[in-house]
Amino acid sequence: MSKETRAVGIALLSTVVFLAVIATVITRSPGWDTFKEFFLDPTIYRDSFAEIATAFKLNVRIFLIAEAIILPAALLLAVLRSLPGPVFFPIRALAVVYADLFRGIPTILVIGMLGFGMPSLEIAWIPKSFVFWGIVSLVLVYTAYVSEVYRAGIDSVHSSQEAAARSLGLKHTQTLRYVVIPQAVRRVIPPLLNDFIGLQKDTALVGTLGVVEAFKQTQIDTSATFNFTPYLVAATLFVAITIPLARFTDWLVARDRKRQQAGRLT
Amino acid sequence: MSTHNPGDPGDPGDRLKPVAAVPDGMALQVDGVHKSFGKLEVLRGIDLEVREHEVVCLIGASGSGKSTLLRCVNLLEPIDAGRIVVGGEEITARGTDLDRVRRKIGIVFQSYNLFPHMTVLRNVTLAPRKALRLPRAEARARAEALLDRFGLADKRDEYPDRLSGGQQQRVAIVRALAMEPELLLLDEVTSALDPELVSEVLDVIRELAAGDMTMVIATHEMGFARDSASRVCFLDEGTILEEGPPARIFSAPREPRTQQFLQRIVDAGRL
Repeated sequence: MSKETRAVGIALLSTVVFLAVIATVITRSPGWDTFKEFFLDPTIYRDSFAEIATAFKLNVRIFLIAEAIILPAALLLAVLRSLPGPVFFPIRALAVVYADLFRGIPTILVIGMLGFGMPSLEIAWIPKSFVFWGIVSLVLVYTAYVSEVYRAGIDSVHSSQEAAARSLGLKHTQTLRYVVIPQAVRRVIPPLLNDFIGLQKDTALVGTLGVVEAFKQTQIDTSATFNFTPYLVAATLFVAITIPLARFTDWLVARDRKRQQAGRLT
Repeated sequence: MSTHNPGDPGDPGDRLKPVAAVPDGMALQVDGVHKSFGKLEVLRGIDLEVREHEVVCLIGASGSGKSTLLRCVNLLEPIDAGRIVVGGEEITARGTDLDRVRRKIGIVFQSYNLFPHMTVLRNVTLAPRKALRLPRAEARARAEALLDRFGLADKRDEYPDRLSGGQQQRVAIVRALAMEPELLLLDEVTSALDPELVSEVLDVIRELAAGDMTMVIATHEMGFARDSASRVCFLDEGTILEEGPPARIFSAPREPRTQQFLQRIVDAGRL
């Protein structure tokens, strides 16, 4: 038996034993039968799935729209914070205040304040849609986070790269665009994905405004059936999106690394 | 050259003519340049003149100011006092367009500083295309001719990480040459290389010298300085302590500090 086969065998065995122990402890717990009835009802799972999946489409839509705005907006914010010289001080200061503010306030509060607050101003041209304000809130909060990620990436590109670009006569903006930002973005793809996943999950908070997205639909179903199995349905749907996203990013990062470094050791 | 420069004695074609054909061809003038980093004064009044087609080697211990001087000439570091004139234009004057000046002064760094996310060809064509606004085909043709000339044609589509140190440094030199600079600054370009890779880079520099490229070279390669420089300047604690033709500097240095420095080099078996 080769070393690899043995290692795989051991990993498999220990996993089986580990899972068996957990399953035994849970299924032997005094409340197991009640738990099974209220959280793991297969009939209710099947029956509520379609409805919650339909509502979940709204979560995906909110996520996609918000992300499409956040990615460029956060990059712009990060670049504004990196502008050199005293002339740009007010811009840098504003960017700092914004980032501090929206990273400091809980997302659910921002959604509540904007979602209930803005429409109540009753200004004709201000949209009254809860979904609209939910998206605006998520964009404001996550742009603050994502700009910090970009900024860390920009800072991580060694100053010698900038020196090389500037010494060739490239302007500051050209240096950022062609030399610094492409390298920075590649480095921050994994932490960016973390924020993607966070955003995808936080779309559920828009439900607090009464918008029927997956979480709100789950609550409706739960109170209609007095059974919590719909929670499991919603969880399944969220995970079905976020896990492939994580694997995709791993693949992207690995491909990029391979392309730049293949043959380095030969 | 896309930049207009009154008082500039030559368009790029002039570089190919012999020295005598260019009267008053002053490529670089450094007058009383001072530069401090915080409390540390790195340059304490540097005066240096480099004529067109001259190859000037700056030697001296680490920390003597060689690299800082080159970075100041390329305006990567602002100077505190003095002035620098390149091709008749005072580049340290207020309101000088730094990007335009840098386009005519090339610099190559000790650590290559290639752009790791771009292929060799893109590394070389980026600045000609974006800073000189050359059409893609023209920038590409120029890059390919240079890569070919320095034996890098087959590395065109490689990423820098896949090249040896010597190849990377040659690409860095080609990248600077693609801007067709009037003046090329080389900052200890062989110091980061494995010993067996040094000569391929020095060969490139010798070929440039033979092609009449004006160069200022900070170097620890004393053999190269002795054989290839038109003039050698010994820097010590931020001043040029002694300068002259390499034959004299290396065989009969006048200043005690120069003698000490060269003795240490000889003792280390490096000359």
